[in-house]
Amino acid sequence: MSDAAIPSPARAAPITLVGPIAWVRTNLFSGWFSGLFSLLLLFLIVKWAMGFIEWGVINAVWSVPNNQTQACRELKGTGACWAVITEKHRFILFGTYPYEEQWRAFLSILIFIGLFIVSAQRVFWRKELGLVWVGALTAIGILMWGGVLGLNYVPQERWGGLVITLILATFGLAFAFPLSILVALGRRSKLPAIKALCVLYVELIRGVPLISLLFMASVMFPLFLPEGMNVDKLLRAQIAIILFAGAYLAEVVRGGLQTLPRGQYEAADALGLSYWAKTGLIILPQALRLVIPPLVNTFIGFFKDTSLVLIIGIFDLLTAGKTAIIEPAWQGFGIEVYLTVGFIYFCFCFAMSRYSQNLEAELNRHRVR
Amino acid sequence: MSTSMEAVASAARADAPPAILLDKVNKWYGAMHVLRDVSLNVALGERLVVCGPSGSGKSTLIRCINRLETHQEGSIKVDGIELSDDLRALDAIRREVGMVFQSFNLFPHLTILENCTLAPIWVRHMPKAEAEALAMQYLERVKIPEQAKKYPGQLSGGQQQRVAIARALCMKPKIMLFDEPTSALDPEMIKEVLETMVGLAETGMTMVCVTHEMGFARQVADRVVFMDRGEIVEQGAPNDVFENPRTDRLKLFLSQILRGH
Amino acid sequence: MSQTSIDPRSLRAPPKRPIRLSWADERIRGIFWQLVVVGIVVAIVWWLWSNTVHNLEVRRIATGFGFLNREAGLPIAESLINYSPTNTYLRALLVGLLNTLKVAVVGIILATVFGTLIGIARLSKNWVLRTLSATYVEVIRDLPLLLQLLFWYAILQGLPGPRQALHPAEGLFLSNRGLKLPWIQWEGAHSLALVAFVLGAVITFFYRRQAIVRQMADGMPRATWPVALVCLAGLPLAAWAALGAPFTPDIPALRGFNFQGGLTLSPEYFALLAGLVMYTSGFIAEIVRAGIQAVPNGQREAAQALGLRPGAVLRLVVLPQALRVIVPPMTSQYLNITKNSSLAVAIGYQDIVSIANTTLNQTGQAIEGIAIIMLVYLTISLSISGFMNWYNARIALVER
Repeated sequence: MSDAAIPSPARAAPITLVGPIAWVRTNLFSGWFSGLFSLLLLFLIVKWAMGFIEWGVINAVWSVPNNQTQACRELKGTGACWAVITEKHRFILFGTYPYEEQWRAFLSILIFIGLFIVSAQRVFWRKELGLVWVGALTAIGILMWGGVLGLNYVPQERWGGLVITLILATFGLAFAFPLSILVALGRRSKLPAIKALCVLYVELIRGVPLISLLFMASVMFPLFLPEGMNVDKLLRAQIAIILFAGAYLAEVVRGGLQTLPRGQYEAADALGLSYWAKTGLIILPQALRLVIPPLVNTFIGFFKDTSLVLIIGIFDLLTAGKTAIIEPAWQGFGIEVYLTVGFIYFCFCFAMSRYSQNLEAELNRHRVR
Repeated sequence: MSTSMEAVASAARADAPPAILLDKVNKWYGAMHVLRDVSLNVALGERLVVCGPSGSGKSTLIRCINRLETHQEGSIKVDGIELSDDLRALDAIRREVGMVFQSFNLFPHLTILENCTLAPIWVRHMPKAEAEALAMQYLERVKIPEQAKKYPGQLSGGQQQRVAIARALCMKPKIMLFDEPTSALDPEMIKEVLETMVGLAETGMTMVCVTHEMGFARQVADRVVFMDRGEIVEQGAPNDVFENPRTDRLKLFLSQILRGH
Repeated sequence: MSQTSIDPRSLRAPPKRPIRLSWADERIRGIFWQLVVVGIVVAIVWWLWSNTVHNLEVRRIATGFGFLNREAGLPIAESLINYSPTNTYLRALLVGLLNTLKVAVVGIILATVFGTLIGIARLSKNWVLRTLSATYVEVIRDLPLLLQLLFWYAILQGLPGPRQALHPAEGLFLSNRGLKLPWIQWEGAHSLALVAFVLGAVITFFYRRQAIVRQMADGMPRATWPVALVCLAGLPLAAWAALGAPFTPDIPALRGFNFQGGLTLSPEYFALLAGLVMYTSGFIAEIVRAGIQAVPNGQREAAQALGLRPGAVLRLVVLPQALRVIVPPMTSQYLNITKNSSLAVAIGYQDIVSIANTTLNQTGQAIEGIAIIMLVYLTISLSISGFMNWYNARIALVER
C-alpha cells in the first residue's frame, strides 16, 4: 500500500463529458428527441429572424418626401415604413410642445434619467438624496413651464410624449412612497381604527382596476370640488396614480416589516425608544433595504401602467404614438410606431429589471456572509 | 426480505455473500475526476465506516451506491443486482437500500408519521394501518413515538435525524447508507443520533456510514475505509487504521480530526 | 432550579389597570390619535360629499339607479345572451359582465397552460429552448400591456379583408374580420355529451378517491385509468350516440364579401385575449419556475432513495410543496387578468367597463357608473382573495 502515499494523477474525463462537444451534447442533443427539437427551434428562429430583417431592413422605406406615403403603401406589408418614425419622432417624444422649445423637454428627460442613475447607486443612499430629488424635480418644473429666467411660458396642455410618462411615473413614486410607508405602518398598528382605515384603503384600491380610478379622476373628481375650483386633468390623473401606487407599494413595505425578526422590535423596546424613534432608526432602515428589489419591480409595473392614461386622453408616450398615425397619410403604420414606442418602454424597464436582479443578488450575498 | 436480521447477525461475516460490490468505479463532475478506480467489497452484515477530508469523494461514493449519482466507468452490484439504466434494477435496489442524509430531507408538508408511511404505502403497497403500526414501531425504536403527529419543522435537528432513520427503516432495507448524519447537528444532539445508529448496528444491519465520528467507528465498525482525492488510500480494522496509519495522507487527516475535537 | 412549588401569586388573575385621564397613559394616547385621524378622514369625506351634492344640484344631474330600467339604445357587437339596443341598461351591463368573464376565464385557462409550459421550458436541459423562453419572459414583461394590445389590434387590422384572408388550414381564416374556426352545429346531443363528461369527471374523481381509501386498507394499488377512460370518453360518447350521434360540421366559407358559418373570434376579442394571455403567461412562467426551484433537491433525492418512482416523487413530494409557493402569486395573476381585461375599452371590445363608460356618458350619471364598475371588480377580487386566505391557511407549513 506504500504506493498509495502518492496520490494517483487525475485522469482526464472522457471526451463525452467535457469540452464543447460535451456542452453541445448536454445542452442541445441529450437525446434523439431533444436533438431534433433543437434543430427545429433553431430553424424557426433563423427563419423568423431573416423574415424580420427582410421586413425591417432590406425592404424598409426610411423616409418619404413631405408626407407622400405612396412608396410605403406600395410595399403592401412586405417592408416596414420607418418613414413614419423619421417624420413623427419629434411628435412621439415631445407631443405638441412648441417645436423650437423642445430642447427644454429633451433636457428634462435627461435630468429624469440622470436622477434614476444617481438614485440607483448605493453610495448615494443618504438623506441628501431627498434634496437631490427636490432639486431635480424643481428644475424640471421650471424647464417645462418656463415663464422665468427668460424662458417662454408653455401651458401644461401642450406637454406631451415621453416626458409625460416620466413625470407621471416619477412624481407618482415620489409621493406614493412616503404615503405607502405611512399606510404600511398603519396597517401594522395596534390602534384598531387606524388599522381598519389602512386595510380599507389598500384592499379597496387593489380590488379595482386602475382604469376605474382614472375614470374617477377624469369624470367624477370635478364633482368633488367646490364650484369654480378646478384642477387640471394631468394633475387629477397623477393623484389617481399616486393613490393606486401607494396601495401596492404599501403591501411591499408591509412585507419588509413582517420579515424583520421580532428580536429587532424587542431590542428597540428594551432600549426604551419611542415609537417614532424605533420606527425611524431601527425598523424602517432595515425593512426598506430588504424590500428594495420588490419595490423596483413594483415601480416597473406602474411605470408601464402609466400608459393607461391613454384611455382618458392624456398625452403620454403611448398616446403620442397612437395619435401620430391618426393622420390619413400615416394610417395603417401602427406596427412600426408601436415597435418604436415599445422599444423605448423596453429600454427603461429592462434597465430597471436588470438593476433589481443585480441588487437582489448583491443583498443576498451580503446576508449570507 | 426473506433473511431475518437475526440470521444475518449470526452469519459468519467473512464468507457471507457480498452486499455491495464496486469494481473500478470512475466518476467525473464535468472535467473533475471525483472517483478514481474505486473497488470495494461490503459483506452482508458488515459495518463499514468511510472517512476522509471534505472533497475526497466519500459522499459521491455512497450516493453512487443507490444511484442518486451515476458512475461513468466500472460496475456497481448491490445485492447481486448490477446498477445500470434499467429502471427495474433501480426500483429493486432503492427498495433494499435505505439512506439517511446530512440535511435530514424530511418532507416538511407531511407529519412525522406520514413521512414514515409514505414509502411503505406507495412503494411496498402496504395497507395504511399496517404501515402506521410499522412506523410507530420504528419511531419507538428511535425513541420519539410521541412526536408522530407533529410536522418536521416542529422538531429539533437531532429528533429530525432520528425520524429520518426511522423513515428509512420502515422500508425494511437490507442495507443502510448514512451520509454524514451528524454533521448538521449541534454537539448535544449528535449523541442521541449516534446512540440510535449503534442500536441499529447491534441488530446486524449492513451499514455504510460516511462519518468523522471516530468513537462511533471504533465502537461498531468492522472496517474503516479512508478516502482521499477520489481514491481509497487505506482500509482495515478501526484500531489498525487509527493507531498505525501507514500513509502520510491518513496521518495528516487524523491529526486534523483530533485537533478539531 | 427549584421548580417543584408553583408561586401562588402566578395563579391570581392580573389586576385591571384603571384608565387615568392622563397623557402618560398609553391607552389615552391611542384613543386620542385614533380620534384625530378618524376625524380628519371624516372631515375630508364630508367636505367632498357636500361639494358633490351641491354640484349635482347645480348641474341638474339625476341621482340613483333608476336609469338601469330605461331603454339603453346602445348597440353591442358581441353578446353571449340575447340582446338588442331596445333592452334596458341593466341587461346591457349584464352583457358587459358576461363579456368580461368570457375573456377572463378563457384567458386564465390559456395563460396557465402557456405560462406553465414556458416556466418548465426555462428549466429545460435544452439550451435553445431555455434561452428562447427566458428571452420571451424578459421581453414580454418589459412592455406595457396596453401597448401590446394596441400592437396586436394593429396587426389584425392590417390583415387583408375576407377575400384575401390568410388561410393556413382548411376551415381556418384569419382576416381583418377576425379569426374563423370550424365548429359543429350545436344540438341537444352535444349538450348532453358535455353534461355526461362533467358527470364522468365527478365519477372519476370519487372513484379515484375510493381507490386510494381501499389501497390504504389492504395495500393493493388499483389502476384507475380504465374507469377514467370509460367515464371521460365512453360516457359522453354513449350520450351522444343515444341521441342519434348528430354531427354536422359548420365550416366557415367565403360567400360574397364575408364569411358564413363557423365560429368567430372578433378582432377585438382576439387581440385582447392574445395580449392578455401572452403578457400574463410571462409572469406565470416565472411563478412556476420559482415554485419548482423552491423545492430543494434533497427532497427529490430523499424520495428517490425511498424507492418512489418518478411519477410518485412528483405527485407525493414535489408538487405538494411547489404548489404552496405557486398558488398565492398565481391567484394574484388571475386577479390581474380579470382587472386587466378592463383595457378592452382601448380597442373597442365591449366589456363591463366599456359599457358602463358608455352608460355614464349617455346618462351623465358618473358616480353611479363608476360605482357599478368598482362594485363588480370588488366583488370578484374580494371573493377570490377570501378563498385564497382560506386555502393558504389550510396548506401552510407547520413550523416551530
